[in-house]
Amino acid sequence: MIALILRDLRIAIRAGGGFGLSLAFFFIIVIFFPFAIGSNLDLLSNVAPGVLWVGALLACLLSIERIFALDFEDGTLDLLVTSPLPLEGVVISKAFVHWLTTGLPLVCLTPFLGVLLGLQNSSVIFLIISLLFGTPALSIIGTFGAALTAGMKRGGLLLSILVLPLYIPTLIFGAEAARRGIEGFETQTSILLLLGVTLLSWAILPFAAASALKINLR
Amino acid sequence: MVISVRSLSVSRGGISLLQGLNIEIKNGYMGILQGPNGIGKTTLLRALAGLQPIESGKIQVSSDDICYSGHLDGVKPTLTVQENLEFWANIFGFSSISAVAEKFILVDLLNIRVGNLSAGQKRRVGLARLGLTGRSIWLLDEPTVSLDETSVKIFGNIINDHLSENGSALIATHMDLGFKNNAQIIDLLKYQSKPGELSSSDGAFL
Repeated sequence: MIALILRDLRIAIRAGGGFGLSLAFFFIIVIFFPFAIGSNLDLLSNVAPGVLWVGALLACLLSIERIFALDFEDGTLDLLVTSPLPLEGVVISKAFVHWLTTGLPLVCLTPFLGVLLGLQNSSVIFLIISLLFGTPALSIIGTFGAALTAGMKRGGLLLSILVLPLYIPTLIFGAEAARRGIEGFETQTSILLLLGVTLLSWAILPFAAASALKINLR
Repeated sequence: MVISVRSLSVSRGGISLLQGLNIEIKNGYMGILQGPNGIGKTTLLRALAGLQPIESGKIQVSSDDICYSGHLDGVKPTLTVQENLEFWANIFGFSSISAVAEKFILVDLLNIRVGNLSAGQKRRVGLARLGLTGRSIWLLDEPTVSLDETSVKIFGNIINDHLSENGSALIATHMDLGFKNNAQIIDLLKYQSKPGELSSSDGAFL
């Protein structure tokens, strides 16, 4: 598994690996918002958690199609299935690499973008925490969707439609936690629910994704 | 018997391809699958590798000993030859790739990215994976495509070495790889399904 993770990280960083694509996309969305809404700082800081969360979600959607598509096209997936590595392990590695190359950089970028949206330093913390707990769920759910549509040429549209409803709980609890924190309410419930969704997805979806892959390879 | 197939039927996309197929291959021997395009060579090899469900019949083969190699090489164009080989070596628990790189004449290419290699060189990288798996049953689908004459000869020798080390292989190929009496030719034309025989409608969906 470690070999697979290292290999995928290496591919992601090399030219054309797709690393930076979702990051740039996230960056663009968040930069465009102040231009579109205007310079009303109160308004901006009110919508900031929602904007950052939707931006993170869309940035994830943009990159999940690649998770299995490339390995499917060049035959690597067939070979991985017949290798000693369990398919669930392959799924977990892929999701982890996706999070490392998408979710984690987004979290790191958030403090800077928060300034752009007029957030106070004390509020940014809540956004970082909610994104840190929520983005792993986006990655594993996306990997599950990618497994379902593996082997489909141009499966991107179907993938987005399949995955969007599954993203909604994470979006609701994540944005809620950030908003409540910024407004000074207690955030424990939303954060626990967000963490619950993340942990549940990581516990169940690797198995579901592995069976979906097995069916798709036939 | 390391590979034992009895009255096997396989289908692709709901259309039955092969019927009543029997194959027996012992340690140290190999089978060469022959037959026209579309007869079901790839489907049969994928079924043996567990990548495809079978229609009926029995396959007896230890899936932990199988190394499948299909039309696609499973190598990444943005990684160097060495990185590609080391990846597969790690997956199969091998520590060193130098012996295999030497066998497949890849030593000079180790630091070149696979995307910059020719088709034949890329194929050699894909085939080198066989030596890194430590598995005894090789299922090869047209392994010699885009290899030049010397490489084909070398590859034939590698397979012969593998057989003499008590390995076995099932190869779909049209090339003469220079095998002697340890090879058994399996003509799939004999087992072709009669036209018009459609398998159950479920086949298309599962």
